[in-house]
Amino acid sequence: MNGLTIAEKILSRSLGRTVQAGELVICQPDFAMGTDGSIPMALDYLKQMNDGHVCPPRYPERLLFALDHYGTASGPKALGLQGQARDYAHAHGVWVADVGQGIGHQLVLESGLARPGRVMVGADSHSTSYGAFNTFATGIGSSDLAGILLCGQVWLKVPASIRITLQGRLAPGVAAKDLALHLSRQLRADGANYCALEFGGSGVASLDMDDRIVLANMAVEMGAKVGVFPCDEVTVSCLEALGVRDYQPVAADSDARYQSQLEIDLGQVRPQLALPHRVDNVIDVRDVSATKVDMVYLGTCTGGRVKDYREALTELQARGGIADGVHLVVTPASETVRAQLEREGVLAAFEHMGATIQPPGCGSCCGTCGVTPASQSTVLSTANRNFKGRMGNAQASIYLASPRVCAIAAATGELNADGVPA
Amino acid sequence: MSVLPIHGRARVFADDINTDYIISSHRKKETIDPQVLKQYLLEDARPGFAATLGEGDILVAGKNFGCGSAMEVAVTVVLAAGIRAVVAQSFSRTYLRNALNNGLLPVVADTRAIAEGEQLALRMDEQGRLLLDHGQAQPIVCEGLPEFVLNMLQAGGLVAYLKKHRSFDQTLASSSD
Repeated sequence: MNGLTIAEKILSRSLGRTVQAGELVICQPDFAMGTDGSIPMALDYLKQMNDGHVCPPRYPERLLFALDHYGTASGPKALGLQGQARDYAHAHGVWVADVGQGIGHQLVLESGLARPGRVMVGADSHSTSYGAFNTFATGIGSSDLAGILLCGQVWLKVPASIRITLQGRLAPGVAAKDLALHLSRQLRADGANYCALEFGGSGVASLDMDDRIVLANMAVEMGAKVGVFPCDEVTVSCLEALGVRDYQPVAADSDARYQSQLEIDLGQVRPQLALPHRVDNVIDVRDVSATKVDMVYLGTCTGGRVKDYREALTELQARGGIADGVHLVVTPASETVRAQLEREGVLAAFEHMGATIQPPGCGSCCGTCGVTPASQSTVLSTANRNFKGRMGNAQASIYLASPRVCAIAAATGELNADGVPA
Repeated sequence: MSVLPIHGRARVFADDINTDYIISSHRKKETIDPQVLKQYLLEDARPGFAATLGEGDILVAGKNFGCGSAMEVAVTVVLAAGIRAVVAQSFSRTYLRNALNNGLLPVVADTRAIAEGEQLALRMDEQGRLLLDHGQAQPIVCEGLPEFVLNMLQAGGLVAYLKKHRSFDQTLASSSD
């Protein structure tokens, strides 16, 4: 028998027997997350599974309910749905992160729940983010979450893996987001369908945890089931800072079998831009034809962390602030991020420039809470998706880029190649 | 397999139809009732589409149907609109599992030759192959589904399966051999 990939190994350990790509298995995830976007429907399914009424969760201690998609700006009906999730959590001792605490994914990562060797699921597609911490982490639907509430189990197909070998380091001014868009450009929106993206190679060491989160997060934009990183010194020191000592690092076997392999020289990655309305419709920023920008969005589970705002602010300050006619919207990924930005004076600097600061959460990303772009407007965002209508208005055009590229456009009022590393 | 045969009219879409196109997140925040949401089905991809749907229409698409968000209303709204099967060259994994869990039949097949409005029939032949009849003399041979998945579909989806079995423990025994 050949060796195992990280994904195969984590699932094998969880199951207590060796499994390989292609097998259908029943797993007991170590952790499951749901959001106000997915829990209300899960509770409906749970009622149907349980003769018309909800039952307590099988393992309440393995759950996080994040009320991140909706806020007061979402309207009374959304808040009604959100209330169902909150009530169930309160009734059954489930940890609930209420409105304003942040995006569920960010909270999972900040709280040390993402630990090497764990099988983690979330009823939200960007649950792949936790793979940055050497976990098997994937998105599920509401019915799957209901099944987990009922019996603690979920069915999964063991994915084949695509090995992404990284060499070197990113050039100054080039971000993990650029690498993620570069990958999306190469693999396309379905290039990793049903697969695990397993990152490896000497270049991994040059990526900090925030960078890894961006890549694991956006693995799903290529169709991947998981995006998984090895556990190295960066991981260990992050876990130490979080006070986490109980974990089991998982490395791929040297003779593991991969569906395909891709080598990337990080030094060759250039600033990237996803054009409307596809995440894989990507060009080099240097090749963009100058486009006037109306709204710039800094936030989401992809681009709403402290480092993102620091980088964006540096570019804005170097260019004298926000250009006339540009609406800059800042939505920190979590309250912890927001508080840190406040301590550093970053938030005040954004406010002073005239940016709109929204409460931590999903915000405008999928049009469920907060500022909605105007019709015929051009939006540049640090988010992960630019589908038509994604931010709540099908008449807006959404471009995706790194925080730095977004900030430069906010400062100049235009999306162009100037000031971006070639 | 009792869910077959399925007869219907082809409603053809392109590659990479994402779940936000199938049903927009901003519609979902008002209600998750698919009977209400079905009037907005695929509105951003093809305005006015829901009003043109007939009972039993079959969605036909290219690659990567249902990519993007894992939201399950993108499946229940399709079922509520009277659609029982989606035939595509490939599916996003979250859409595939949500479809199977809800008893919407996701069929992987080469859809390139299927034209809008064509009469389709999905059926199983004597050898257990899943076939798709369309305008041509030769049916399209579709990809088969794993046994566990077929069992779940036959039971009416995940809800009916777990209502009956309460857990996957029975499945565990059968899937390990």
